[in-house]
Amino acid sequence: MLPHLDAAYNLARWLVRNPQDAEDIVQEAYLRAFKFFGGYQGGHARAWVLKIVRNTSYSYLEKNRPAELAEEFDEEVHTAVVEQPGAEAALLQSADSRMLREALDELPMNFREAIVLRELEGMSYKEIAEVKGVPIGTVMSSLARARRQLREQLIRLRAKEEQGGLRK
Amino acid sequence: MGCENKELLLRAYFDGELDAVRSVEFEQHLKTCTLCAQELHEQQAMRDSLRAANLYERAPEALRAKVRAAIPPEARPQPIPIGRRPVLEWLAVAAAILIAVFLGAKVLPNIGGKTQSLVAEEIVASHIRSMQAGHLLDVESTDQHTVKPWFDGRLDFAPPVVDLTTQGFPLVGGRLDYIDHRNVAALVYQRRKHLINVFIWPKEMKDTKLPEAQTVQGYNLVFWSHGGMDFCAASDLNVAELHQLAELLGS
Repeated sequence: MLPHLDAAYNLARWLVRNPQDAEDIVQEAYLRAFKFFGGYQGGHARAWVLKIVRNTSYSYLEKNRPAELAEEFDEEVHTAVVEQPGAEAALLQSADSRMLREALDELPMNFREAIVLRELEGMSYKEIAEVKGVPIGTVMSSLARARRQLREQLIRLRAKEEQGGLRK
Repeated sequence: MGCENKELLLRAYFDGELDAVRSVEFEQHLKTCTLCAQELHEQQAMRDSLRAANLYERAPEALRAKVRAAIPPEARPQPIPIGRRPVLEWLAVAAAILIAVFLGAKVLPNIGGKTQSLVAEEIVASHIRSMQAGHLLDVESTDQHTVKPWFDGRLDFAPPVVDLTTQGFPLVGGRLDYIDHRNVAALVYQRRKHLINVFIWPKEMKDTKLPEAQTVQGYNLVFWSHGGMDFCAASDLNVAELHQLAELLGS
């Protein structure tokens, strides 16, 4: 029985955005987990596994696709142009699965990771802080920025669709 | 964005990271602040869409097999006799064994878990921690049909979740916790002003325990077993009423 394998794969898959690479990373991460077993010091086992998966994903990208790590710092804040109260919520609610996938896929790594751990994995701030090795305050602020960007991304995708009909 | 000075609170509230008291305070604020109410509504809309979109990527079966094959045989978890440990957090257990060896403890006679008094201390520590800001609930709901599915995929067993509002123990929510080197379910019930943590994990011992009370650091604990699970209720509530709760939960 392999605990947290789904969580491990989900995180790797969203970080490297490619199923084959994600599989390789998970394999390597579990090997590392066994090799450095002594590194586990209690606490949340899931957070510990995901921390190793995260580190493995980052080293993989550093080596093979360094450009993707650089985009993390390229944060541009656009202001949304939805004025009517309630309109934005309706818009967000109507976003379909493909659009959400695209929006999340396009977020910078750091933000994508925050959303995946909080919204898909359902982790608490404390657990996310353990996975990322940062203070809880940093988790809160990157999560807030991630949500803002995801929201803007969705609104942009929606607007684009309404104008040009880019439906695949 | 919500109103300016409440932005942090709003986020923590939305993520279920506020303690019960501050949650209630914030809910009061929400009643009068349309900015915050609207922001919360939008955040919820996005969360709903994210959930509905099924973005979680589960590990393919082939990967499971590959990972298992890649682990060196000496490191592979040993098969466990059926019935002894129907579920097993092997990472945690193996780590516990390593740590115990490191500490020079006698591990072998004790693999099935710590002695009850050590577990009791851990449970009280968890109970106290849960009362601190932001630790009480992972899923906040009085609806057993919301709380129960929430545990799916987070635990490798299905804890029984029942609301006991009509019997005077309303369900407040649930949380994942970590006791004796395994993930356990913690259900939070309320009795008047007292909060009760009920910890649930798959049964380790074959003999059925009768409800058994213990007091640690001024907190009352009642242990019992039922339907293949071990239970422990922890609270500052009196033992008699904890026994009553144990009975309602099927001891």
